[in-house]
Amino acid sequence: MTRFILGRLIKAGFILLAILIFNFLLIHAAPGDPAAVMAGEAGAADEKFLADLRERFGLDQPLYIQLWTYLQGAVQLDLGFSYRQQMPVAELIADRLPATLLLTGVAFLLSLSLGVLAGVAASARQGSWGDTIISTLALLFYATPLFWVALMAALVFSVWLGWLPGFGYSTVGAGYTGWAHALDVAKHLVLPATTLGLFFTAIYMRMTRASMLEVSRLDFVKTARAKGVKRRVILRRHILRNALLPVITLAGLQAGQIFGGAILTETVFAWPGIGRLMFEAINQRDYAVILGVFYISGAMVLLFNLITDVFYVIIDPRIRLTG
Amino acid sequence: MSLLSIRDLCIALPEGADRKYAAKDVSFDLAPGEILCIVGESGSGKSMSANAVMGLLPQGVKPVGGAITFDGQEVLGLSERQMQDLRGRRISMIFQEPLSALNPLMRVGAQIAEVFEAHGELAPQERRNRALKLLEEVGLPDPESAIRAYPFQLSGGQRQRVMIAMALALEPDILIADEPTTALDVTTQAQILKLIENLRQSRGMAVIFITHDFGVVADIADRVIVMQTGEIVESGTADEVLLRPQHPYTRALIDAIPRLNQHDDAEQPARTPVLSVVGLNKTFVVGSGKLFGKPRVVKAVQKVSFELCAGETIGIVGESGSGKSTVGRCLTRLINPDEGRVMLDGADIAHMSGAELREKRRSLQMIFQDPYSSLNPRARVSRILTEGLISYGTPRSEALEKARDLLGLVGLDPSAMNRFPHEFSGGQRQRIGIARALMLDPSIIIADEAVSALDVSIQAQVLDLLADLKTRLNLSMLFITHDLRVAARICDRIIVMQKGAIVEMGPTGKVLHDPDTDYTRSLLDAIPGQEYERALAEAG
Amino acid sequence: MKDFWTRFRFNRGAVIGLVILAVVIATAIAAPFIFPTSPWKMVQRPFLPPLTQNGLPLGTDALGRDVLAGLAHGAYVSLLVGLVSTVVALAIGVPVGALAGYFVGRVDDALMRFTEFFQTIPSFALAIVLLAIFQPSLTFVIIAIAIVSWPPVARLVRGEVLSLRTREFVEAATLQGLGNAQIILRHILPNALPPIIVLASLMVAQAILLESSLSFLGLGDPNIMSWGYMIGAARTVIRTAWWLSFLPGMAILLTVLALNLIGEGLNDALNPRLTRKSE
Repeated sequence: MTRFILGRLIKAGFILLAILIFNFLLIHAAPGDPAAVMAGEAGAADEKFLADLRERFGLDQPLYIQLWTYLQGAVQLDLGFSYRQQMPVAELIADRLPATLLLTGVAFLLSLSLGVLAGVAASARQGSWGDTIISTLALLFYATPLFWVALMAALVFSVWLGWLPGFGYSTVGAGYTGWAHALDVAKHLVLPATTLGLFFTAIYMRMTRASMLEVSRLDFVKTARAKGVKRRVILRRHILRNALLPVITLAGLQAGQIFGGAILTETVFAWPGIGRLMFEAINQRDYAVILGVFYISGAMVLLFNLITDVFYVIIDPRIRLTG
Repeated sequence: MSLLSIRDLCIALPEGADRKYAAKDVSFDLAPGEILCIVGESGSGKSMSANAVMGLLPQGVKPVGGAITFDGQEVLGLSERQMQDLRGRRISMIFQEPLSALNPLMRVGAQIAEVFEAHGELAPQERRNRALKLLEEVGLPDPESAIRAYPFQLSGGQRQRVMIAMALALEPDILIADEPTTALDVTTQAQILKLIENLRQSRGMAVIFITHDFGVVADIADRVIVMQTGEIVESGTADEVLLRPQHPYTRALIDAIPRLNQHDDAEQPARTPVLSVVGLNKTFVVGSGKLFGKPRVVKAVQKVSFELCAGETIGIVGESGSGKSTVGRCLTRLINPDEGRVMLDGADIAHMSGAELREKRRSLQMIFQDPYSSLNPRARVSRILTEGLISYGTPRSEALEKARDLLGLVGLDPSAMNRFPHEFSGGQRQRIGIARALMLDPSIIIADEAVSALDVSIQAQVLDLLADLKTRLNLSMLFITHDLRVAARICDRIIVMQKGAIVEMGPTGKVLHDPDTDYTRSLLDAIPGQEYERALAEAG
Repeated sequence: MKDFWTRFRFNRGAVIGLVILAVVIATAIAAPFIFPTSPWKMVQRPFLPPLTQNGLPLGTDALGRDVLAGLAHGAYVSLLVGLVSTVVALAIGVPVGALAGYFVGRVDDALMRFTEFFQTIPSFALAIVLLAIFQPSLTFVIIAIAIVSWPPVARLVRGEVLSLRTREFVEAATLQGLGNAQIILRHILPNALPPIIVLASLMVAQAILLESSLSFLGLGDPNIMSWGYMIGAARTVIRTAWWLSFLPGMAILLTVLALNLIGEGLNDALNPRLTRKSE
C-alpha cells in the first residue's frame, strides 16, 4: 500500500515537471519576444524590466539552458514576477490559495456526498417517480453552464431575495473575529460552493446510479439474496461498496474540472481565490500570473487525485494487498 | 411425503424472447435427502425452474402458473420478506462461477457470517467460530487464514467450497446447485462432487443439481429429470433414465457423449513429421513495468518438444493453467515464444518475422473455442471467409468461389455468404470458423478447445466433421482440450501437460488406459461417469 | 440498423432532444438570411426589454443590439465550435487510443503517459492559458477545445481496442494474413464504434459549454457574436437587465440538454445490453 502511494507520488512529481516544461514551451512558442511574454502586457513597455528578465532567465542562451534555469526557479517556487501587481507571482498565489481550497474542497465534498446519495436513492427505486425526478434534475444540471447558474443564483438569492451575500469572501469592514467571522465566511460561501457543486453533483449522481444498476446485476448480489440478506443490507454492503469504485475513479479524474469551474464561480462571485486571480490576469494579459496559477492548479489536482487514490485503496483489497 | 413439490409450473419469458415460456408445465417432487439432477442443454430452462423455487428469477421473467409447495407451504406468492426467511435458512443455493458469486470486497469470513446475521442467529463472535468450523467441514486447507482471505486470493475450487460453506451455514433442507462444477477443472470437480455427496449423507439434505454433463449425473443422481426447450421430456430414477432412456431426445443426448473407449488404435502407416517442436519455452511476467511492483513470473510453457506427423491428430490435454493453449498460440506466433524451434517444412517459424512469417503461417491455421467471439460480428460471412485469401493475392471472384465450396463442405448452405454471424447458431458458427481455417489450404489445423463451448449433441457433430475433413483433405491436427473424453474420440496420440511442461505423451489407448504417471492417472480417475460408461458398454 | 431506429424512437427524451437540436440547427442555418445585418450593429436604444417593440421581440442589449439576432448568430457559432472541435478531438484521440491499445507495451506506456498528462492538468485552465497566450480567434478556440477534450476519447478507444484485440476473431484475422492496419481498421475499430459515437455526442455538448465559458471570460473570438460573450457582456448590468443574461443562458442550456438527451438515446439504442438484460 505504501508502495502504491509512493508510486503515485512519484508519478505526480513527473506530471508537475511536465506542466513546467509545457509552460516553458508555451512562453517560447508564443508570438513575439519571450521576455515580453513573461513580463505581460504592462511590463513589456519597461525596457529595464525586460533586460532584467532576459538576464535572469538567460534568454540569449541555448534553449535547454534556459529550460534548466526556468525549472530551477520553479522548483524553488519562483514563479516569476507580476509587473502589473508589483509582486512575486508565488506570493500572489499563496495569498489567494486558501480561499480557492476552501471553495473547491467544500464543493467537492458536497457534490460527492450529495451525488452519491441521490444516485443510490434513484437506483434503489429504478423507474419510480423519485428516480425520474432525480434523473431529470441531474440531466438538467449537467447541461447548465456553470457561470450562468452562478449568475442566476446571485440574481435570485442575493439581489432579489436578499437571503445571502452574492459577492466576496466576507463582509467588508464588519471586522468580525472568531466564530462570527467563520459564520460570515460560511454565508458568503453558500452560493459559490452550491453553484460550483451542482454540475458535479449531477455527474456523480449519474455515475453512481449507473454503477449501482450495473453492480446489482452481478452474481454476488444474487448470492446475497440467496442467503436471505435483507434488501437494505444488500444495497449498502454489497452493491454500494462495489459501485463506489468507479465513482471514486471518476471523482479523481474530475478534480481538474472542479478547479476549472472555480475560475468561473470565483469570477462571478468575486471570490478572492486563484481563479479570480487568473481572470484578472487574463484581462490584464499578465502571463506570468496565468502560467503560475496554471502550474499551482495542476499541483492541486494532483493532491485531489492522491486523496481519491487513498480512498480507493481503503475500499479495494485487491490493490491494498497486491499493488 | 415429499419435501418440495412442483406442479404445472409455467415461467414466462419477457416479450421479444425467442420463445414464450422459459419453463412450461414443469412438475416434480423432491424427497428429503435425495439428489435430483436436472439435465439439459443450454436454453432448456433447467436453471429457471430451480431459480423459481428461490424466488430469484431474472428481471422480467416470472412464474405465471402452477404451484411450488415446500414443506406444506405454498412458495409462489410469498412476500419478499417471507422469502428472505426461507432463503439461506431452509433452501440455499450455489452457482456456476464461484469468483463472481462472491463479493470481491468482503472477507470470506464476513460473507459466511452474514448468513447468520441475516437470520438473526448467534452472537457476532460465535458467528466467526461457526464460519471457521464450516470452512473446516468443507475441506478448506488452513481455515484460519482462509477466513481472513478475500475471494481473489483463493483458487476456483476453494471459492466453490466457500460458497458451499455459506450454503450449509443454517443447515438447510434443500441445496440447489446450479452447474456448480462447470467452471472447475476435472480433478476439482471430482472433489466438489464428493463433498456434496458426503454432506448429503451426513446431513440428510436434499439436493437439486443442475447440469449439462451426463457423467456428473451418473455419479451423483438418485433421480433424473431431462429437460428440452422448457419442458420435461423424461424423468425417473437414475438407472431408468440413464440406462433405459425412453424419449428419443434423451437417447440422442446419451449417444452423443464421447466415450473414453471409443477410439481405434490404428497404427500410423507412414510417419513423416510435418511439424517438429523443439524446446519451446514461454514465460509471462505479470505485473512488471510498474514502479516498485514486484513482477510475478509464470512459466507458461517449459521445454516442450514433440513431432506432429502427416495425417496425425495429437491431443494436448491439461487443466486450466497447464499451458496447453499457450503452446498452440506459440506455434502460430500469436504469442512469441522465448526459446525453442518450431520447424515447419524445414524452416523455423519461431524466429521468422514480416513477410516470411506471413507466407509460412498460411499452412498453420486455427479453430477457436468461442463461436461467439471468433467471428467479427460486423462482417458478413463472405468477407470473413475471403479476406485472408484476397490479402494473399487471390482474385476476389476465385476466393468467393472457394468460400462457397467450403461452406458446402462444412455442411452449410451457400446462401450463408451474405449473412452476419449473429444469424447463426453456435454450432453453425463453429462450422464457419472451420471453413475459414480451411480457406488458405493449410496442412496443419490447431483446434483450441474447438468444441468446449458447444452442447453435447452439437459437439458430436462438429467432432465428426473435423475427423471427416482431416482424412479428406489429408490434414494434420493439433487438438487442444481439457476434456479427455473428447480427446479420446478424435486423437491418435495424446500429450498431457501440467504447469507448462509435458508429463506424458503416447498413443491414445496407452495414455488413457495404462498411463505412466500419477498425474495422468489422477486426471483419468476424476472423469465423471466412468462406471456409467462401463454399464452402458455392457448393456450394448 | 432498423432495430436501432426502433429503439431510438421509443426513447422519448432522445426524440425531444432531436427536435430541439433540429430547431437550433435550423436557426443557425437561417440566421444570415433572417438577420442579414451584423448582430453587432446598434438598431435601437439600449436596454429595450423583450416584448415591447415590434420587430425586436427580445429587445436590445446594453449597446442597443438586437438580442434575437445575437442569439441566432450565436447558435451558428456554438454548433460550429462544438462539431468541429469534436471532430478534431476524435482525430487525435482515436488514433492515439487505437495505437496504444493495439501495440501494448512501450508504445502503450508512452502514449498513455502523454494522455494522462493532458487528462490530469485542469483542462479549462489549460484552454485559458492557450487562448491567453495565442490570439483568441475562432480557429484557436476550436483548437484549444480539441486539445483539452481528446484524452477521454483516447482512453475509451484504448480500452475498447485492448479488449477487442485479444478476441478470437482478431487472432483469426492475424492468422489469415491480414496486416496490422487492416486489422485495426476493418476488424477492431468498427466494433469499437458504438461507444465512440455516444461519447462524441456528449463531447459536442461539453465543447459548447466550454466555448461559452471561454467567451464569458472574454477569451472568445472578439469578432464573433456568441452566447457566452452575450452573458459575459450583460453580467455587469444583471441588476437592471437580467434577461440579457438569462436568455442566452437558456439557449445554451437547451442546446446542451438536447445533445445529452440524444447521447443517452444513442447509448440505449447502440448498447441495449446495459438497459435491458435478460438471462
